Amino acid sequence: MSSLSNALVIVLLLAGGWLLRGIARDRFWRENAVQLWRRRPIAVVALGLFVLIGLADSIAWIGGGGDDEVAALRSRTLIDRAFQPEGFTEASYSAPLAAVSFYGGQPLKHPGKHLLGTDILGRDVVYRAFKGVRVALLIGGFTSLIVIPIALLFGVSAGYFGKRIDDAVFFVMTVLASVPSLLLLIALIMVMGRGTVQVCVALGITGWVHFCRIARGETLKLREAEFVDAARALGVTDLSIIKRHVLPNIAHLIIISFALSFTGLVLAETILSYLGIGLDGSWGQMIDQARNELSRTPIIWWNLTGASVALFALVLAVNVIADALRDIIDPRTRREGQ
Amino acid sequence: MAAYLIRRLLYGLLTVLGVLLLLFVLFFAVTDPDDIARKAVGERARPEVYAQWKKNHGYDRPLILNRAWAAGDPRRYTDTLLYEHYRRMLTFDFGNSDNDDSAIARRLKEGMGPSLSLTVPLFAFGLVFGVLLALFVAFFRETYIDRAVLVLCMLTMSIASLLYIISGQYLIGMLLKWFPISGFAFEPWLAGRFLALPVLVGVVSGIGADVRLYRTIFVEEINRDYVRTARAKGCGEARVMLAHVLRNALIPILTNIVITIPFLFTGALLLESFFGIPGLGSLTVEAIQGNDFSTLRTMVYLGALLFIAGQILTDVSYALVDPRVRLT
Repeated sequence: MSSLSNALVIVLLLAGGWLLRGIARDRFWRENAVQLWRRRPIAVVALGLFVLIGLADSIAWIGGGGDDEVAALRSRTLIDRAFQPEGFTEASYSAPLAAVSFYGGQPLKHPGKHLLGTDILGRDVVYRAFKGVRVALLIGGFTSLIVIPIALLFGVSAGYFGKRIDDAVFFVMTVLASVPSLLLLIALIMVMGRGTVQVCVALGITGWVHFCRIARGETLKLREAEFVDAARALGVTDLSIIKRHVLPNIAHLIIISFALSFTGLVLAETILSYLGIGLDGSWGQMIDQARNELSRTPIIWWNLTGASVALFALVLAVNVIADALRDIIDPRTRREGQ
Repeated sequence: MAAYLIRRLLYGLLTVLGVLLLLFVLFFAVTDPDDIARKAVGERARPEVYAQWKKNHGYDRPLILNRAWAAGDPRRYTDTLLYEHYRRMLTFDFGNSDNDDSAIARRLKEGMGPSLSLTVPLFAFGLVFGVLLALFVAFFRETYIDRAVLVLCMLTMSIASLLYIISGQYLIGMLLKWFPISGFAFEPWLAGRFLALPVLVGVVSGIGADVRLYRTIFVEEINRDYVRTARAKGCGEARVMLAHVLRNALIPILTNIVITIPFLFTGALLLESFFGIPGLGSLTVEAIQGNDFSTLRTMVYLGALLFIAGQILTDVSYALVDPRVRLT
């Protein structure tokens, strides 16, 4: 499992590097990136931090540290290792930075070290919030990365070739879009079973339609554009027209809707967690487990706060970036905003 | 118009058939009916009990082709799960719950009232507040008031709906004790007290996205030529906004919300289940948590049916409201 996760990190880093190279080479994208950085530096830095934590939580290896033998044989990630020593836990609840346990007042194993206290099983809340980053990025980012190529393939070919292909793709889109997405999501997960892969596939099936519709609509417009006509008159093949003229012209829309769908997916997962079909270790599960803690006396607030603040920060950062990107790229709002 | 309507309805019917196929694949082909039966009667039930349960719930037929009948017999195709699934769904014969054998149709009828009493006020208040706030913001566009409200909208959009409910119940229900935390009653006055908090929470959690959308629509209208004409002939800013901009912006706003009207019937999943309202949302949540596949299947089908109806309604209302749109 750890080798798969490590390989994923390498693939993601290579893809990121390739993307950055592409942005740096193209004038339009370079200018947009600079604009984004100038307008929303905090959001970009915050998102960068989240990605770094997520990556650090994916790099795992066996051995090193760990006092007992079981821990020494388990592969642990960089984040696990940052929260040394192994088993940074207490018996049960403890308040932030407390020296004694919340119920009973026994001395803690790590007094004053739990920044946001511990949950009912004695797990450190900050550690759990950090572990949730990777799950959230997996839900939002990984799903979209699987879905976008498929949606582009169907959407662009439907828009570009039209006729039968368009009819077929459009019908499938209509059927999938007709089922309320939350209900479809729930049905898919109930049917396929509960697990990371199943939830991501279910999110992918429901999220696919949205991208496909955008790609199809834009391609329909681009097909009639004069530069596409010119390319066709010069004898350029369909495949290179799509590659050279269509895809670059819908890339900006895909990026904006990627950002919007990302936040939608992460927020939808909290609802799934409440229904008991969410992902293990997600912020949604933390919130769900903490939902009755507010009615305890004295009140236990740190568990809920830790998860909600982390979730809020990630979603807000992505929302702000998506909004800024739309302003920067969409020429209609650009005129107004400056 | 009539020809368009017929074509639109036919395509809607085709979509319904497609949705039913999707449901069939999900609930009968991917999930093994044997698994559903085993979950319902328990792992160690006797084979007779198990077979009887499958027979009672109509899971005992083969999927697509029934080889028990001779080659020429039409029952070879009709005595199957696929045919029965289509027949029952299209005639609204939903059968019994997989969990407690109660009739699904009766539970739908019972849940409709509580659901509507939550979703209709939620929809009405959300719409009125959203439009008013967006109008206010559009009036002060490109000022600090505008920026502040937009930032606030962005913040409210980034909070999980679960958190709104939890904190609403804690702050207003537990600390301030203004309204009961959860529950429901059928007498109007009592129901009002129970519904106030969920409606409030629902309106607050949804208003951010609405205001941003409506503001965009308003600002787009403000930049049109007829607004300049209205100003040139001496209209005050208030009259421009209320008489000219609002009237014209209502067209895109209305066509945007018509699609949501059918969903008032299916209720709100989270709100109903958290606030103990015995509506269709709660029914769905119970079905999910109790592995009640037949109820869930029915709810998904109804949701899709309502969505398709809403889309047709949207297209037609678009033509009714906007004389430039001709349906051919």
